[in-house]
Amino acid sequence: MQRHLISAADLTRDDAVLILDTAEEMARVADRPIKKLPTLRGRTVVNLFFEDSTRTRISFEAAEKRLSADVINFTAKGSSVSKGESLKDTAQTLEAMGVDAVVIRHGASGAPYRLANSGWIDAAVINAGDGTHQHPTQALLDAFTMRRRLVGRDAGIGQDLAGRRITIVGDVLHSRVARSNVDLLHTLGAEVTLVAPPTLVPVGVETWPCEVSYDLDSVLPKSDAVMMLRVQRERMNAAFFPTEREYSRRYGLDGDRMARMPEHAIVMHPGPMVRGMEITAEVADSERCTVVEQVANGVSIRMAVLYLLLGGNEPAVTHARTIEEK
Amino acid sequence: MDKQDTSGIPASDARPVLEGPDIARVLTRIAHEIVERAKGADDVVLLGIPTRGVFLAQRLAAKLEEITGRKIPCGSLDITMYRDDLRMHPPRALARTEIPGDGIDGRLVVLVDDVLFSGRTIRAALDALNDIGRPRAVQLAVLVDRGHRELPIRADYVGKNLPTSLRETVKVLLAEEDGRDTVLLGAKPTQ
Amino acid sequence: MSKILIRGAKVLGGEPQDVLIDGEVVEAVGTGLSAEGAEVVEAAGKVLLPGLVDLHTHLREPGREDSETVLTGTRAAASGGYTAVFAMANTFPVADTAGVVEQVYRLGQEHGYCDVQPIGAVTVGLEGKKLAELGAMHESAAGVTVFSDDGKCVDDAVIMRRALEYVKAFGGVVAQHAQEPRLTEGAQMNEGIVSAELGLGGWPAVAEESIIARDVLLAEHVGSRVHICHLSTAGSVEIVRWAKSRGIDVTAEVTPHHLLLTDELVRTYNPVYKVNPPLRTERDVFALREALADGTIDIVATDHAPHPHEDKDCEWAAAAMGMVGLETALSVVQETMVDTGLLTWAGVAERMSFKPAEIGRAKGHGRPVSAGEPANLTLVDTAYRGSVDPAGFASRSRNTPYEGRELPGRVTHTWLRGKATLVDGKLT
Repeated sequence: MQRHLISAADLTRDDAVLILDTAEEMARVADRPIKKLPTLRGRTVVNLFFEDSTRTRISFEAAEKRLSADVINFTAKGSSVSKGESLKDTAQTLEAMGVDAVVIRHGASGAPYRLANSGWIDAAVINAGDGTHQHPTQALLDAFTMRRRLVGRDAGIGQDLAGRRITIVGDVLHSRVARSNVDLLHTLGAEVTLVAPPTLVPVGVETWPCEVSYDLDSVLPKSDAVMMLRVQRERMNAAFFPTEREYSRRYGLDGDRMARMPEHAIVMHPGPMVRGMEITAEVADSERCTVVEQVANGVSIRMAVLYLLLGGNEPAVTHARTIEEK
Repeated sequence: MDKQDTSGIPASDARPVLEGPDIARVLTRIAHEIVERAKGADDVVLLGIPTRGVFLAQRLAAKLEEITGRKIPCGSLDITMYRDDLRMHPPRALARTEIPGDGIDGRLVVLVDDVLFSGRTIRAALDALNDIGRPRAVQLAVLVDRGHRELPIRADYVGKNLPTSLRETVKVLLAEEDGRDTVLLGAKPTQ
Repeated sequence: MSKILIRGAKVLGGEPQDVLIDGEVVEAVGTGLSAEGAEVVEAAGKVLLPGLVDLHTHLREPGREDSETVLTGTRAAASGGYTAVFAMANTFPVADTAGVVEQVYRLGQEHGYCDVQPIGAVTVGLEGKKLAELGAMHESAAGVTVFSDDGKCVDDAVIMRRALEYVKAFGGVVAQHAQEPRLTEGAQMNEGIVSAELGLGGWPAVAEESIIARDVLLAEHVGSRVHICHLSTAGSVEIVRWAKSRGIDVTAEVTPHHLLLTDELVRTYNPVYKVNPPLRTERDVFALREALADGTIDIVATDHAPHPHEDKDCEWAAAAMGMVGLETALSVVQETMVDTGLLTWAGVAERMSFKPAEIGRAKGHGRPVSAGEPANLTLVDTAYRGSVDPAGFASRSRNTPYEGRELPGRVTHTWLRGKATLVDGKLT
């Protein structure tokens, strides 16, 4: 049994459904005049952000505060502490202050895994995004959003996403969101298709539990949800695609393309959106676009994860897989 | 906490102390007492504590409606997140908190639970209520009071006072959840 | 100097024989040799090999004495059964002048645990732009014959061509670290299934193979010999095999870790598995073993790369690349090649002593175990099995990927020109 949430791939179907169900109850707290629960009173959570991400940090902070945890924010952005020892030293310093959990965002893939498994600290570790590896709470909030919209808020309790067809479009190669979503959505029974130019799909994708397509138009009519990933303009300079215009034309979501989706289908985006690149303003502002909902759901999901990992004397979430070092 | 002790599987030699008709009779009496003490139950809101308290609250609401001819607001109040023993067990799945539409501000809230034991569940329920609104008053209705209070809490409406020893368990079974109505008294399984 | 009689050792894994050392040379090899006046080493059941020669060692001195020095590195070498090591040029300052290579050479001689043959940089500062003074380094006291920018690839085709041509004048060889730099920008591990999952930057096999293909063709064109460092992929094996079939004068080395470990280990994100070239797939591992057995790959070289603890006790991306290897190399080769039936001990001697000495022109090393030859010898208890304990390493660094792993074989004695540097597993 682990006390950490490092990868969406570590969650079983039952774990994931428990988290979504718990988040559904947490969401109701947001509707109350007093949006606070005493559950984590006396527990200290540190948000250890080695990479700038105001929205993710604020989301975690809101979740922690709603559960009455004591919150410490540690933002170590940029080059001042980019060197390796800093992670170990910083984490040990924080633990010496009596931290119960570390929510970590780090530019290096595997940094949260190292933090959780190297014997540096005893605190629970929650991955808030590491390099191009994983972002499990994002995948959970995405699944939560899909379940609410496609299955129903109450009807969804206890349910997974069996048979739902989810399309993820964009820079899969550099996306921790895509990796986490593929893992979690597969666990929840959904059928996932990745759509990207071949340059932005990793070598080795053939073993992932999903389909890969280079043709967005052929996939759209068969999609229950279309998730657009952010495409950074810098990628253009590394020859991943020729021009912004060509990328938008082939892989961007505009009003015409949205019209080809089934009527019930939703458009998702982990944010921040690059309007005009992967998504047009018309789509981003449409009723089918769940971007704002995703943000609200993020707080509920993170409350659920914090409660299930820290609320008791041991975590309620088991893990499908742990890696033993040889 | 009382939830713990009442949810244990009753030993095979457990004996019924209340049967189905007794439970119905007892609830009818409590309903009448509520109407009497609340002077018509005009502003009563029933909140059951999951799991079985919710079903008891719903039954009470139905009986109150029979008596007063009016619909009595009835909901549920999950106290899991307010428990004082969270750190002693793995976190449990949350149950639903459902506050009736008009809320609880200025109303008489009657909390409903199956067994009153240490009083810690009710302490947690009072804290939970505090975060939801400000009732005019809060009262407590329980099907069984088995004694052994650890907090200065008492019930306003009691179905049956059941003197027990700490080595015994009290288990309430309800048709909605368990397929039959009965209250069982048994010996705590030896560990 | 006194005489030493090594009694009953299986010389190169053959029938038990006695080997008599007198002073710096082997006086006799045979059965029932007289022990008179000699110190006797009972070697029944053990295998006697010529002193091992490592064509690829990082001794870190000068510049990074916190991770290794010539003293600690040569003690580690003696512990592992080596009597000669070739020290790579990527020190601080870079070994690109006669002065630096002479210093390293002298330190080796002074300490006396193992001969140190410096490798000279191909280009000034390993920058790949301007040839270093290769001739001066050759003519120095160090007598450099092997040149390498190891750690960096000589990626400019013209510079590589010139280097290959230039060293012909004095029988030198260029050892290429084959890594196309543009294809490996930001590379953290082998590019494939595991890198895709872990989100670590990929180091594709083609980045190695394309350079090897280019360099064997260059070597053919200018009629030079070329040596390929730490070959790591099945595709590289195919290219070298093809080049040899064409008569191109190419030799290649493989590291012990590429014979045993795969990129699956990276799933632990433990940087002890971070190395350059990276650990590859199981398919590559088996291709490398087969190529080492059939002679396509000529030698085993350790790429012993010590790093201080703090450079490995961190997140993967921030960690240094490399593993120590001198003290575990023979055990890994026994595990992967001998115990699997792919190589005899004579084959091991060929690939870990004779051939590397020949490629590097190491005088007095890699000689047969016979009368009149220098007494550079290694005695191995091949029946031993034990788990690797880095705390017992002679190296200053502990960055081994084998900690706690059970491996066969243990070097009990090493003799450098008749002088014992290791006795019963203990350094002298």
